[in-house]
Amino acid sequence: MITKSNSGEKISLSHGAGGKLSLELISHLFKENFKNKILNRLEDSAVFSLNEQRIAFTADSYVIQPIFFPGGDIGKLAVCGTINDLSVMGAKPLFLSCSLIIEEGLDKSILQKIVLSMKKTAQKARVQIVTGDTKVVEKGSADKIFINTSGIGIISKGIDLGKEKIKIGDKIIINGTIGDHATAVLSSRAGLEFQTKVKSDCAFLSDLISSILKFKDKIKFMRDPTRGGLATVLNEMVSGGNFGVLLSEEKIPVREEVKGFCELLGYDPLYLANEGKVIMVVAPQIAEKILNILRKNPLGKKAEIIGEITDKFKGMVGLNTRYGGTRVVDMLLGEQFPRIC
Amino acid sequence: MCLGVPVKIIQKNKKEGIAEFKGIKRKISLELLDKVKVGDYVVLHAGFAIQKLDRKEALKTLKLFDELEAIGNE
Amino acid sequence: MEMSKDLLDGFSDSKKTRILTEKIKKIAQEIEEEITLMEVCGTHTVAIFKSGIKSILPENVKLISGPGCPVCVTPNTYLDRAISLSRLDDLILTTFGDMMKVPGSSSSLEKEKTRGRDIRMVYSTLDAFKIAKENPNKKVVFLGVGFETTAPTVAFALKEAKTKSIKNFCVLTAHKLIPPALRFLAQSNDLKVNGFICPGHVSTIIGTKPYEFLVDEFKISCVISGFEPLDLFQSIYILLDRLKNKKARIDNQYSRAVKKEGNPVALNLMEEVFEQEDSVWRGIGVIPNSGLKIKNVYREFDAQEEIEVQVEKSQEPKGCLCGLVIQGKSSPLDCPFFAKECTPQSPIGPCMVSSEGSCQAYFKYGQKKSSKGK
Repeated sequence: MITKSNSGEKISLSHGAGGKLSLELISHLFKENFKNKILNRLEDSAVFSLNEQRIAFTADSYVIQPIFFPGGDIGKLAVCGTINDLSVMGAKPLFLSCSLIIEEGLDKSILQKIVLSMKKTAQKARVQIVTGDTKVVEKGSADKIFINTSGIGIISKGIDLGKEKIKIGDKIIINGTIGDHATAVLSSRAGLEFQTKVKSDCAFLSDLISSILKFKDKIKFMRDPTRGGLATVLNEMVSGGNFGVLLSEEKIPVREEVKGFCELLGYDPLYLANEGKVIMVVAPQIAEKILNILRKNPLGKKAEIIGEITDKFKGMVGLNTRYGGTRVVDMLLGEQFPRIC
Repeated sequence: MCLGVPVKIIQKNKKEGIAEFKGIKRKISLELLDKVKVGDYVVLHAGFAIQKLDRKEALKTLKLFDELEAIGNE
Repeated sequence: MEMSKDLLDGFSDSKKTRILTEKIKKIAQEIEEEITLMEVCGTHTVAIFKSGIKSILPENVKLISGPGCPVCVTPNTYLDRAISLSRLDDLILTTFGDMMKVPGSSSSLEKEKTRGRDIRMVYSTLDAFKIAKENPNKKVVFLGVGFETTAPTVAFALKEAKTKSIKNFCVLTAHKLIPPALRFLAQSNDLKVNGFICPGHVSTIIGTKPYEFLVDEFKISCVISGFEPLDLFQSIYILLDRLKNKKARIDNQYSRAVKKEGNPVALNLMEEVFEQEDSVWRGIGVIPNSGLKIKNVYREFDAQEEIEVQVEKSQEPKGCLCGLVIQGKSSPLDCPFFAKECTPQSPIGPCMVSSEGSCQAYFKYGQKKSSKGK
């Protein structure tokens, strides 16, 4: 609602960064106005039943710059991101829509490249892009191309993920290294000029996730740590709950190069975006089994148990440092900027 | 207030060098130092090498730790 | 034999730091009294918080953060001027990322960017210089913020601008100096600091001599410290050891990077381009000879002198305790706004904006008052 206090306020980049400001915008503007039980859960996908079949339904927009980056492009990102939002709800992704907003003057060959990339990714993932839309806007009104997607998947009986399933002692697993995507993208942006071989981890996780869904109710909750990173997603998970998360710094997998990039620019890998990672909260007795299954998959080779659900504190994420101390890992505040001080 | 990172000089052309750190490379300025050669480690701050890293001194500092460790274990 | 990566990695060895933790606990017990150590440098503040040292220090050893956070001590008036400059036509404002979120009297560079001003973040002054060369029809202003570590890099860019006649490049300086600030703190009557952890990278430039007055005149020990966990733990141990033996000393723990004479090339460059002046430190006030001004011979590259602009009347937020916090006289927890009206998303004072500012560090790394059910 437009109140006197926000009538002059502008939307800033920080509102889109995936952290606290993004969440506030979503809660105060969208959730407040579009109120309904499904939306209120604010999960990666909406889950509801149609004639007793549980459906997952998600929507997303992709505005990344640059549109081609090491390890992927905006098209691949759009398909994978949408699939992943469905997969983390335990759904089998089936159908996608794809709407494009194209800036006047974009080379047709670039558009072709992007579309071919989407086709290739969708084929590999065995999903179909069944509907879409195209708009062209005046030069300057969009940054080359924006892609909006939606996705539909079906959830099998016996799979019912949610925060309310989480119990003290549950283990937290991640399927691999954090911060790769953000490092690949940031380093290829003009102005920073750091050369690195790090590639985005952009990938669809549906097959990886389906390999562990057989554990049914022992899988409590999953999320993909995209914008805002691992820290933000875990903070969102504990927010308002009666449990906390205790992470073990030594267990969190981070590539040497990503560590280096962060040290050079003052970034923290816990807050960097990932596009091929999933966090799973699972019952402790099956954690090792899940780890072994994940590690057999190319997308899970570096999987680790990185922490657990604790009752030592509520609504917070703590980290045991490798130096024997403990510190709090707060949510991302707004966009992270590089620093020299 | 000063993010400074120990990087290795892997290439050099007059007062410009290529620095490498944990697999990341960047062109940096060597204008603030004399006598930098390829293979040296320097402290990198805001795109400039601001000081050379001294191996002997690094060893001394680590040795100091060893001595500290020995005290109290006697 | 040459320096090697393995050797450098030794400074992050967690086995060694755990041993030092025990030594620190033991020596703190022997000293018994309350000990307060101040880390002057903002990067040290962040390194200390990230490693979790504070949570394992003994009860009687307190670490407080000093004014070595350039974002925290840059006055409102500077930000307001930078913001006004960014509103001029045909002007590109370039800055380190650090300054983007700092609140001026009524706006910030981040907010101005959303309003369409040409504000660009750079990693190095040289990147700003490049932008100037590539945009000869626009004025390019670089915000020269930072201490003695950064000032020489800016001095070099100014010298290049003069040598190569890049007349559209200029700098708005807010560089400050550490030793005068340390003197100011040491002279203060109500300061209860038993030892200083001195900034490692500033020291690579200025060397060890500028700290001698702390021992000679004030009998306060100081350690020039590196930034890796082993450096920090070792530096704390050294200070405690000096206190135990009641011997005030300077120690150069970061000797692998800090030479006694510092960096003469950098010092000469600074001397050539800058001169000392009294400077306002946000929240503290004027500290004599603690700032750098561009010399007259480089005047045409001085954005302060060369560009006329209307600047709004600057106002500091009332009640904000940042000034006392950066002097170590108050803890962020003492400030009435902390974690209530003043949070990293909606900061009132600069200590909450800067990732090195005490207040943001306290907020993020978990020393909040009770609130939000945490």
